[in-house]
Amino acid sequence: MNGDFQLAIAVILLICLGLSALWTVMTRRLIYAVAGLAVTSAFVTILMFTMEAPLAGAFELSVCAGLIPAIFLSVISMVRKHTSQTLRAQALEQIRRFWLLPVIIVAVGIVLLLTRLPTPVAPAPLAPENAKKVLWNARSADLLGQITILLAGAFAVVVLLKGPRDE
Amino acid sequence: MNNPEVFYLFGVAAVLILIAGLYSIIMTNNLVRVLIGVEILIKAVTVLIIVAGHFANRMALAQVIVISVIVIEVVVTAVAAGVILGLFKHEKSLSVRIVENLKG
Repeated sequence: MNGDFQLAIAVILLICLGLSALWTVMTRRLIYAVAGLAVTSAFVTILMFTMEAPLAGAFELSVCAGLIPAIFLSVISMVRKHTSQTLRAQALEQIRRFWLLPVIIVAVGIVLLLTRLPTPVAPAPLAPENAKKVLWNARSADLLGQITILLAGAFAVVVLLKGPRDE
Repeated sequence: MNNPEVFYLFGVAAVLILIAGLYSIIMTNNLVRVLIGVEILIKAVTVLIIVAGHFANRMALAQVIVISVIVIEVVVTAVAAGVILGLFKHEKSLSVRIVENLKG
């Protein structure tokens, strides 16, 4: 592919990513925020695939765009419903709190693009590595950590969601 | 696409997403929205790791680190969701203020 074409795709993806993140943060309903989070994860996945990271992209799509929104939806479904009045008050409160965010983001973006902070020099290209080999050989301690964290998380969720003991 | 200008562009985008997440955490009054803000922060970090890996020609290592980040992210989300539900059962509210009134 042409370099300019790739750059154009990357810029479009970055703009979509920023807008979906902004929508996630600013929208008034929690359900819309969760949907925005899933869309943001989908854009991150596309970015990963364009940057030749298919393994991480598959993880991002299945876990961050699938499992995590499901967890959020289950939490939202277990909490109290809003009435139309509280919803309207919440929307006004949301606008009052978040109107400044797009202004800050645009201002910081313009300042960062104009000041052009120093970037590191790209190192010399290495021989291509296989992600699975790196995971199983060079970073095998990470796997142990991940398994431990998963078990600890499962244990914590079971303890937290356990109902009151019958006396 | 492997040049410093593109890397800088991606870095700026990650910083802007980071600001959005931080602003959400600071300004919101809802515990679920705080958790969503944390998720947005993690998304920014993930983008930065992938872009840095691409720029440094260490994509395999970057993918492995991103997988670790995703695993930790899902556990943090699940535990935090459990904590939020527990607080809601006790206090019947999702306000951040209830956390300030806890013992300790």
